[in-house]
Amino acid sequence: MTFLRSCLLLVLCMGACTLAMAQERAVRAPITDPVLEARVLKVAEELRCLVCQNETVAASQAELAVDLRDQIRRQLAEGRSEADIQRFMVERYGDFVLYRPPLKAGTVLLWVGPFVLLLAGLLALWRQLGRQARRDDTPLSAAEWERARRLLGTPGDRP
Amino acid sequence: MKRFLWPLLVFCGLVALLGAGLLKNPREVPSPLVGRPAPAFSLPTLADPARQLGPEQLRGQVWVLNVWASWCVACEAEHPVLVDMARRTDVTLVGLNYKDKREAALVWLGRHGNPYRASLLDADGRVGLDFGVYGVPETYVIDRDGVIRHKHTGAVTPEVVQGTLLPLIRQLEG
Repeated sequence: MTFLRSCLLLVLCMGACTLAMAQERAVRAPITDPVLEARVLKVAEELRCLVCQNETVAASQAELAVDLRDQIRRQLAEGRSEADIQRFMVERYGDFVLYRPPLKAGTVLLWVGPFVLLLAGLLALWRQLGRQARRDDTPLSAAEWERARRLLGTPGDRP
Repeated sequence: MKRFLWPLLVFCGLVALLGAGLLKNPREVPSPLVGRPAPAFSLPTLADPARQLGPEQLRGQVWVLNVWASWCVACEAEHPVLVDMARRTDVTLVGLNYKDKREAALVWLGRHGNPYRASLLDADGRVGLDFGVYGVPETYVIDRDGVIRHKHTGAVTPEVVQGTLLPLIRQLEG
């Protein structure tokens, strides 16, 4: 019985939450200008939501992301450029807010690292192949053939 | 033998690197505001909306800004720690009531106690945005010149108060 009651309570709570969220949504200003909205999304797609850290501000439904989209919309409407808005966000949230981190001393490894690893891999492969080729080149001497035959205990073919 | 030692060493290095990465808290985003002057603002106080307060009036003293809201669950967990700190020390603790309703905030403080010298009403979250608030509760230590010296994201624990906040405040006051 207590289980049933808690289930009912949970369902009621969920209902209340959705209702509260629906009211929250309704309060926000309706989107009227599709051109402006497209620009808002373009800026928001370059920004990381700090609450859901693997989502962009454009994709996230977190309260903070909604606020930041509002802020972008307001600033674009005021005539600020996209670069201005990015700077505004970085001043408050740091480089972390950018999905494309800028190239500076602290991020050099991040940008160059994969290429360094690729080069190192290619170099290792090249050296390995060279070593193998050299090993295959030298034919066995008569004495080596003799020794191999003795070890294997079979007549074997001579080249 | 050396042939097998190298890959093993590289592997161990990689494990150590990834392990160190796992032990870090991804929620802790370093704030660019630490070491910079606190954003200027003036907001009505919770107790008396006719009275305005901002960092300008608090110049000359070390103070702590705590971002809170009545809807914030973690704030409830952190609140006794702040109440205790306010009772035991004379730290100037100012609240930033973030995206909240005045009535709800007053009821909440009435229920849980009020450790703040004053709380400021940031109803639309504009000041919070200037501070780069992304996870309530957040706590900032601001020095005599109005420069942010420390930011703590998430609930403050007694360990944080004793180990970080109070030593820093004493050092800044020193």
